[in-house]
Amino acid sequence: MSDEPTLRVTVTRQEPGEAPRDETFDVPYDDRTTVLDTLDWIKDHAAPALTYRSSCRMGVCGSCGVMVNGRPVLGCETSVAGYRTSGITVAPMTHATVQRDLAVDTDEFLAKLRGVNPWLLPAPAAPAAPEDDPAATVPATVDVLRVHAQTPGQVKAYQGLSQCIDCMLCYAACPVLDDVAGFTGPAAIATARRWDLDSRDEGNETRFPLLVENEEGVWPCIQVGACTRACPKGVDPARAIADYQREAMGG
Amino acid sequence: MRIEHADVVVVGGGAAGLSAALAAVETFAAAGRDDAVVALVSKVYPMRSHTVAAEGGAAGVVPGGADSAEAHVADTLRGGAGLSHDDAVRFVVDRAPAELARLERLGMPWSRTDDGRPAVRRFGGMTHPRTWFAADKTGFHLLHTLFQTSLREPAIRRYDEHVVLDLLVVDGACRGVVGYDQHHGETVTVLAPAVVLATGGYARAWGTSTNASIVTGDGLSMVLRAGLPLRDLEMVQVHPTCLPGSGILITEAARGEGGVLLDAAGERYLADYGLGPVTPVGAPEPRRMELGPRDQLSQAFWHADRAGRTIPTRDGGVVHLDLRHLGKAAIDERLPLVAGLARRYAGVDPVTTPIPVRPAAHYTMGGIVTTPQGRVLDARGAEVPGLFAAGECASTGLHGANRLGSNSLVETLVTGRAAGELAAAPSAGAFPDRAALDPARAAADRWLAMRGRGTEPPAAIRRELGAVLDAEVGIFRDATGLARAQATLDELNARYQEVRVADTAAVLNTDWAQAIELGAMLDLARGAVAAAIGRTESRGAHQRLDHPQTDDVARHSLAARGDDGAITITWQEPEP
Repeated sequence: MSDEPTLRVTVTRQEPGEAPRDETFDVPYDDRTTVLDTLDWIKDHAAPALTYRSSCRMGVCGSCGVMVNGRPVLGCETSVAGYRTSGITVAPMTHATVQRDLAVDTDEFLAKLRGVNPWLLPAPAAPAAPEDDPAATVPATVDVLRVHAQTPGQVKAYQGLSQCIDCMLCYAACPVLDDVAGFTGPAAIATARRWDLDSRDEGNETRFPLLVENEEGVWPCIQVGACTRACPKGVDPARAIADYQREAMGG
Repeated sequence: MRIEHADVVVVGGGAAGLSAALAAVETFAAAGRDDAVVALVSKVYPMRSHTVAAEGGAAGVVPGGADSAEAHVADTLRGGAGLSHDDAVRFVVDRAPAELARLERLGMPWSRTDDGRPAVRRFGGMTHPRTWFAADKTGFHLLHTLFQTSLREPAIRRYDEHVVLDLLVVDGACRGVVGYDQHHGETVTVLAPAVVLATGGYARAWGTSTNASIVTGDGLSMVLRAGLPLRDLEMVQVHPTCLPGSGILITEAARGEGGVLLDAAGERYLADYGLGPVTPVGAPEPRRMELGPRDQLSQAFWHADRAGRTIPTRDGGVVHLDLRHLGKAAIDERLPLVAGLARRYAGVDPVTTPIPVRPAAHYTMGGIVTTPQGRVLDARGAEVPGLFAAGECASTGLHGANRLGSNSLVETLVTGRAAGELAAAPSAGAFPDRAALDPARAAADRWLAMRGRGTEPPAAIRRELGAVLDAEVGIFRDATGLARAQATLDELNARYQEVRVADTAAVLNTDWAQAIELGAMLDLARGAVAAAIGRTESRGAHQRLDHPQTDDVARHSLAARGDDGAITITWQEPEP
């Protein structure tokens, strides 16, 4: 590999209960090498214990979010070619607890996601019924072939928001989470909106109070728009949050 | 070792596993079992499962049209080339429309016709348009719909990022799993009267593959170690249109929507390899040209490549998938993922430039022998109490020797549900007593002993494994190449006994987890090659240059693993 060009890759590593430390590697690369490829190279050739997540390598599974030079990106979608002079520093996503090296806690995010009831909710016909009753969603006598009618235009209303891959880059980008760690956050609110805008869903009255009668729901957002800029899938959480805020204020 | 109890354990959080878990919850609820616990154990968070990468769609006859269940059955049997089972095909085909409708009622964002019904598109090998789709991200939406629905079910107890190491088999019955909690760094045994395996296939063993890095045959390897057979491991589907180098899938839906394949001279070369006559550009017809079965398209590529008709690149010859005539609006509307993948990973905009493609390993038809409903069978054909399998890891008899595109997503729903219902049935079984845990502890200790020892770098073994499978166990095979593959695999397997696991950490030890995955891939590769050597005929995805004929009698291969680790193959005729 003597003639191969190499890239300086600094990785912020951290064992549980220990302080973070930076390690630097010279990693061979070509015009197609991604950040994830460089991590794989380091694990295979230099640091077998290096810990990070990845799976699909095509930007759809949402596993490989990391900070590259301070910016949250998917490792598998980020070419290193543009960094040949500067090199890269790969660090764990911010606003999440580091488990080991580049792997961060995902459970906190999933708890926030679950908190917005991100499933198709029926009309709240029987207020006394427990909200988790699965029988309430589909009547027991349902025709097994029954489907809702939904026009292409009605699909379009929520299609953009349904592209969220739960990668948590928007949480890493969101400055509000510096101060309000409990903020429901961009992806979870965008997914709530995805269901609210779905013509088949009747859950708006369930989700709305969860988001607006809650100090850590939509209100901490100050509309910086960092989430929307960070999203690798073109989702616009800032807009979803702004829409909830406006509706809550009667707009 | 932590000991926990559940009423059903589901291993795997993809579409089959989530379907099984949801069905088990419903079955318990219907029986008044409010206290029932369904343990969903996965080595990744469920929404990261490889279902997420499925693009094209899911097959199900649309009621009230020209299509019929009989036609879907006939197409599937034809694709299966004698190794599909009528009862398994019928089971899935009959239940497919209801499962796709169930997903709709759960909020699946199916693409729609103008009057608001779920739309269908054409797919390879299918005589009618019957593939339901959500643009070209069908698997992604299916997985997220199922996962988000699962979040509402308190009866589902998730064990995310838990590596399952072995099945717990007591007196011939499966009574739980032995696993490892990567977050807390401890072994955990989950005892249950029934276990559903939904662990996916093993096509990541090939170097050039559409599969995610997690698709390593873990569940199949566990079943082999438990002394149970695996069927038709040599039947590995090679997808004809993937990006060179990365192997990233460019869905068949791109051809269903009218995309055409061109050789270096811009010719529709498929017509010269038995797939003609040529259909007009933009007017695809069922089962012809670009919509022929996948195996035939991959074989045509192989011939064209040999004939010097492909375009040379550093990753081998490529042909062009031309979508330009579809126009920007149709590409953005129906194939947005493909367009993005082509731009990002191939550097071409399909609106203006054809996409370079070549074949890659994609789907493993073989797997754990089951009934159509997902009950696991032993080598004598007897049911294994407490053990079920669904999805790509199972060989129910649906796909036979060659899967039709869009039959597997629907299989995850139908068979996943059936297996989950059976696993939750009251007759499924009982908890084992404490003495049964001694083998579990012994198994866990053996796996943990891999850490901090060994001399053979796993990355080299993995690379050589992928290279030899690419070279010798691809679209066409012959005795010489397969013998070479077998010798290489024996050598790699010997080296694997001394595999280096440098990382000794307890928490999120991915060095160790990947070494376990590598061992599973080696098991499956050795089984696939042994069966491919023994199958001296050409059938479906298994094409032998030295045995081009198809035998009159179709036989299944059954791979078994001896106590010494050796793989043996026996042959079995399908039930009439």
